[in-house]
Amino acid sequence: MSAAVVVRGVDKIFDTKSGHVTALSAVDLDVAPGEFVSLIGPSGCGKSTLMRLIADLETPTAGTVEVFGTSAHQARVDQRYGIAFQQAGLLPWRTVSANIALPLELSGMARAEVRQRVDELIALVGLGDFGDRFPDQLSGGMQQRVAIARALAKKPQLLLMDEPFGALDEMTREYMQTELLRIAAETGAAVVFVTHSIPEAVYLSDRVVVMSPRPGRIAEVVPMSLGSTGSRADDLREDASFFEMITAVREALHGGTHATAPRGVENR
Amino acid sequence: MSDAATLLAPPRRRRAGQGARLKAAGYGLLGIIALAVASELYKWLGPADGLLIGDVRVLPRTSDLAMPHIWDMVGRLFEPVTRAEGARVLWLEIVIAAGLTLGIAAVGWVVGVVVGIGLALIMQRWILAESALLPWIVLSQTVPLIAFAPLVKSWGSRIEIGAFEWQDWMSVAVIASYLAFFPVAVGALKGLQAPDRIHRELLHTYSARWWPTMVHLRLPAAVPFLLPALRLAAANAVVGAVVAEVSTGLQGGIGRLVIQYAGQASGDPAKAWAPIFGAIALGLIAAGSVALLGLLVKDYRRTEGEA
Repeated sequence: MSAAVVVRGVDKIFDTKSGHVTALSAVDLDVAPGEFVSLIGPSGCGKSTLMRLIADLETPTAGTVEVFGTSAHQARVDQRYGIAFQQAGLLPWRTVSANIALPLELSGMARAEVRQRVDELIALVGLGDFGDRFPDQLSGGMQQRVAIARALAKKPQLLLMDEPFGALDEMTREYMQTELLRIAAETGAAVVFVTHSIPEAVYLSDRVVVMSPRPGRIAEVVPMSLGSTGSRADDLREDASFFEMITAVREALHGGTHATAPRGVENR
Repeated sequence: MSDAATLLAPPRRRRAGQGARLKAAGYGLLGIIALAVASELYKWLGPADGLLIGDVRVLPRTSDLAMPHIWDMVGRLFEPVTRAEGARVLWLEIVIAAGLTLGIAAVGWVVGVVVGIGLALIMQRWILAESALLPWIVLSQTVPLIAFAPLVKSWGSRIEIGAFEWQDWMSVAVIASYLAFFPVAVGALKGLQAPDRIHRELLHTYSARWWPTMVHLRLPAAVPFLLPALRLAAANAVVGAVVAEVSTGLQGGIGRLVIQYAGQASGDPAKAWAPIFGAIALGLIAAGSVALLGLLVKDYRRTEGEA
């Protein structure tokens, strides 16, 4: 089975009014099938840009991005990945069910099949009786669940998530993290997860990719020796091994030269 | 251009309850009463010959000829149109004329909405079309209708295709649509361009092409912009139809009655007000019908809510 994501020698340079901005420089990254990889780093390190390159929402200036052995472009056309952003991005005029059904309807799936798949997804993300509600009747956490269900609609083997829990309160956030691990384990999908939060990255990931800015590049890849992600539960957050891993990621972020935490990274 | 300015403001979601709606209706009624009282007060207290500064009359005469009592205007509605034997009661004459004008305005509105949305789709699809068309669309509204109406009539009278023959009322409908399409084109374009980047990118990740994106994202997102545009278009269509009736000389509509009864004002001053009331009622009915349309699509006026 080919790797979920292979990034080789990728540069990304944006042309802005004030000249060229190098967002990414010489980036290599491999994500195995079913693996959970977080991208973490201070603002401007290019972690979101890297995710957008994998999603074919941007094209690299140099280098290649492959998703399941095909180009990122082909993978997008074939809808090999599901995506979730910091905002849930639900269509306000569609109910929860209709929002989840959107990617299925667009691919021309039969109505009965759509209904069946939507019911499965609603059960998977624990939204039970809320199928007929509209997004403005849901809390932020519930909206984000709908967004995750929508991302999973076409059974992708890769989930791309750009700070999906960034706008949630801490309690909801921790709950959603555990839910995400369960969902990822049930679907067997690989996840590329962009975050600001060190504990979030540690709790969720098999490997944490630490990035540094100006130019954006990968500073270090820290493997998490915390057991399989599917078996993790909330008590891990109070375990000594968890704090060890947090320390390891924090030190990688500081990169030896900086004494203080870089801006834009949360230590909580 | 204040119409366009209201259109361009982002739509806000109103949560008017039953009580708030009653209150609004109450204020509306109060406004009409205040206007009537002010008019009568001036008629009572103002100088009989108005007020002249030099040769300019800055305040109108208060004679019954220049300013009939409100109750005379209303009372006149329930008297026959003329003293001739078997003449219709005035309000009925007004209702029949208003019905004709409303029908023509409705045709004009439909044509205007179709053309307006069509132009908006073209402008959304090709950015070049937007730069090329939008200035002309704005410019089109500066052409004086009075000059333009007789031209439309004379062009129309030359059209004869098989059994189809151009009717005079069609000229009036075309002119009504000419006023109606403008707010629709501007409002629809604004609405079609309204979706957030996150939604556009989402559809992009689904490999959705232009038309599915239009149907599933842009058109629904345009609804809150379209509703006020459609209401403005309805009011514009009525104004256009009334003015066009006058300048093309079409018989039987409310516009014709405005002119005809104004000519009789020296002998029957209250009568001239009847078609004016009729025209006002027309505008309200037209705008109100569009508001009913809004109830059908109320789910499209939802916002995302705070995350």
